[in-house]
Amino acid sequence: MGVEQKLGNMGVVTTTLESVVNWGRTNAMWPMLFGLACCAIEMMSAQSSAYDMSRFGMELMRASPRQSDLMIVAGRVSKKMGPVLRRLYDQMPEPKWVLAMGDCASCGGVFNNYAIYQGVDEVVPVDVFVAGCPPRPEALIHGVMTIHEKVKGESFKQYAEKYK
Amino acid sequence: MSQIEEVSLDKFKHLVSERALTGETMLLNMGPQHPSTHGVLRLLLELDGEIIVNCIPDVGYLHTGIEKNMEAKTYQKAEVMTDRLDYMNTIGNNLAYVMAVEKLVDLDVPVRAQGLRVILTELQRIASHLVWLGTSGLDLAAMSMFLYCFREREQILDIFELVSGQRMMTTYFRPGGVWRDVPVEFEKAVRDFIKIFPKRVDEYESLLTKNPLFLDRMLGIGKLSKEVALSYGVTGPTLRASGVDWDLRKVRPYIGYEQYDFNVPVLTEGDTYARYLVRVQELRESMKIVEQALNKLPLGPVRSENRKFVPPPRSEIGVSMESLIHHFKLWTEGFPAPKASIYNAVESPRGELGLLLEGDGGPKPLRVHLRTPSFDNLAVLSQIVKGHLVADLVAILSSIDIVLGDIDR
Repeated sequence: MGVEQKLGNMGVVTTTLESVVNWGRTNAMWPMLFGLACCAIEMMSAQSSAYDMSRFGMELMRASPRQSDLMIVAGRVSKKMGPVLRRLYDQMPEPKWVLAMGDCASCGGVFNNYAIYQGVDEVVPVDVFVAGCPPRPEALIHGVMTIHEKVKGESFKQYAEKYK
Repeated sequence: MSQIEEVSLDKFKHLVSERALTGETMLLNMGPQHPSTHGVLRLLLELDGEIIVNCIPDVGYLHTGIEKNMEAKTYQKAEVMTDRLDYMNTIGNNLAYVMAVEKLVDLDVPVRAQGLRVILTELQRIASHLVWLGTSGLDLAAMSMFLYCFREREQILDIFELVSGQRMMTTYFRPGGVWRDVPVEFEKAVRDFIKIFPKRVDEYESLLTKNPLFLDRMLGIGKLSKEVALSYGVTGPTLRASGVDWDLRKVRPYIGYEQYDFNVPVLTEGDTYARYLVRVQELRESMKIVEQALNKLPLGPVRSENRKFVPPPRSEIGVSMESLIHHFKLWTEGFPAPKASIYNAVESPRGELGLLLEGDGGPKPLRVHLRTPSFDNLAVLSQIVKGHLVADLVAILSSIDIVLGDIDR
């Protein structure tokens, strides 16, 4: 009554544990429901029927940081929001990734002033930056796919060293 | 960097009731990261069981310094900042700004540009109301509303992309007209939208208006009386749902709204359901304006010929010395505006969006200040949620339709 009976004629697939784990991580990467400004509306568009991000296993936006893997920083981060953002990031369980969506989150964008962090990488480590003001939903999906490519290349050894 | 001052807790004691200090009621933070605050709003709630005793909004999590940034830019360049202000109503913000600049320097606008402005502003109003309808449906667990509303919104964004090259931050309106004439496909795109949209509004209404689950969450919740609304300076659909017939498009017509035949929906109940009905009616009324404006749209220039304020078209620069000089002067220095102060208000999807522009004789504004509708509408929240359940707060908050970029700016 093992799995081999259910497989039929598919035969046997051999793989490494790393690639199975990474495959699982890329196909169920739950983003945190965390909209800050204009980009949040485009993030919602990416979730909606026209672009449908659920094709990539991302239909589930979690409101709680404790249940999410990916933080999409969608919008400008003000000096008042920075500590909150960091706290949310710290609450996310490992492994976690951050995507800086839009120019404001990437480099401050048009707002070079006292109120806005000039790039969210001053607050949290960022994996992928997506340019645009705001980026089109396709650009956001491309950014997420880039994170998927990154995750697929990760090894247990890297994890072990990261969290030593 | 200014010194951060330590503030003692005693300073804030007056915000909550006596019972909170004895531990009889509970203090709960809702936000700044919460799915139903529609952005980064923090609400400090004082709860007696599940009943709200006090609600204290804490704004500023999205403070961007837009007003200050605009003062550092020339009149042409400051316009891009207004896009990012209320990001559901980018075109309406542009309109408020360019109209203020036109008033300040006394600039004429061609008739065709006025017609295009009306069409695009009303399409933007529909897009904004669609986002509101989708997200408030989502808050009340009507998930399909979100998917339907965003389907139609994409169509509007495609029209914006057609005319300006950008989906959201268009900066299509410029002082003295619009950026350039619309492409030939524009009329067909808008006509297609006019054709399908009324049926789609019927579809939304059939899902929500008489849905008993929806009515249970909405009817009689968050009653806002006429007097309270007026004393707090509430504007827009929230005010009109409380029985005040006040729409700037009717009472102080601008960009030619007086030529179009449309109604301003007004209801007297003042509850969450009335606010919902007013906005859904506005979807239909805006559609009527778009259709009339498109039928009336004349041919002709779309930008003023006043070369002191409006850059010449590219084709002229190669053949005319004056045009080259004007182009160079306008994009390096900008144009000077007289020493005067102008307040210009337009009806945004949320209410009265006013812009105060003060010129000092130079190419940059001395002071820009915005009167944003969401800020005043949010102020009334603490008055209308008292005595309701926490779950009702979600419905009330989505019904007053705030945008945090508009509040914090």
